[in-house]
Amino acid sequence: MAPAITVNGTAREDLASPITVAGLVAAHGLPAEGRGVAVAVDGEIVPRGQWAAVTIPEGAEVELVQAIQGG
Amino acid sequence: MSSTDASAAAHALAGPTPLVIAGETLASRLILGTGGFDRMDELAAACAVSGTSMVTVAMRRVDPSQQGSLIDTLDRAGVRILPNTAGCFTAREAVRTAELAREALETNWVKLEVIGDDRTLLPDAAELLDGAEQLVARGFTVLPYATDDPVLCRRLEDAGCAAVMPLGSPIGSGRGIANPINIALIAEQAGVPVVLDAGIGTASEAAQAMELGCDAVLLATAVSRAADPVRMAAAMKAGVEAGWLAGGAGRIPIRTWARASTTPEGMADLG
Repeated sequence: MAPAITVNGTAREDLASPITVAGLVAAHGLPAEGRGVAVAVDGEIVPRGQWAAVTIPEGAEVELVQAIQGG
Repeated sequence: MSSTDASAAAHALAGPTPLVIAGETLASRLILGTGGFDRMDELAAACAVSGTSMVTVAMRRVDPSQQGSLIDTLDRAGVRILPNTAGCFTAREAVRTAELAREALETNWVKLEVIGDDRTLLPDAAELLDGAEQLVARGFTVLPYATDDPVLCRRLEDAGCAAVMPLGSPIGSGRGIANPINIALIAEQAGVPVVLDAGIGTASEAAQAMELGCDAVLLATAVSRAADPVRMAAAMKAGVEAGWLAGGAGRIPIRTWARASTTPEGMADLG
């Protein structure tokens, strides 16, 4: 079986595979336009304009971050 | 009162002149941190009542259990969003966080925060300067949260920071301005705006920062964790404006002995 992608440190067998960055963002209930959200795949930030086009490779380490309240 | 005097008075009473950072005009000299508010409606009300033009946010991993409406709330409030690098302990982490924030929020501006100690949350001066240099080189508009050290603040300005943000006292401590002499020195020497950041507990301390020559005040906890955050937001607006007015009004010198305001001449002889 293909290695699952890891999102924010957790292996995610539950996600569709393959999945695009846009698909991943949607799977987390985040708005499609993604304001306040950023994604890095294997350490590389994926610009919002490429979310729909970029498929996350098997076994990739993904960081999915968003703006939260903070001083 | 001549018409010129009347016009000057009207100008003063209209409140502070706008703050300009990196060529951008901010109507308010109060920058509000969004941390610590329990409810979005309270944050929205604090934004409105404080009159703030810019608020800070942090960047964290998406928490599926917390689908907030933070960005929507801030967009509706019409405020500029300044992401910070809270939680970073190295220049490398801070640069990475700033890059994620730039992508997430489509802004080159960043409040650079590099903490050196998790008990005091004091900045790590060496990492801070390193991070500032790297971010300036990458095209960021950098507003560094710094210790109240005039030399460090000068080094940050020399590194190309758009403002310097010395602390009053540790984050969330509410201890006010521990070293007003240093804050006044920093304000006096700086060629970029000086924002007093952290430690403010109440409105008189925000006023004091402005009287010491700061260009703006950044605070979060003092409002968000007050018993009545919205009332304190109004107080901070008034405090910043009062301090700005007083700072520019030329206060009287401090004297040891009294100086009568009423002339001693012409006293009636009451035997």
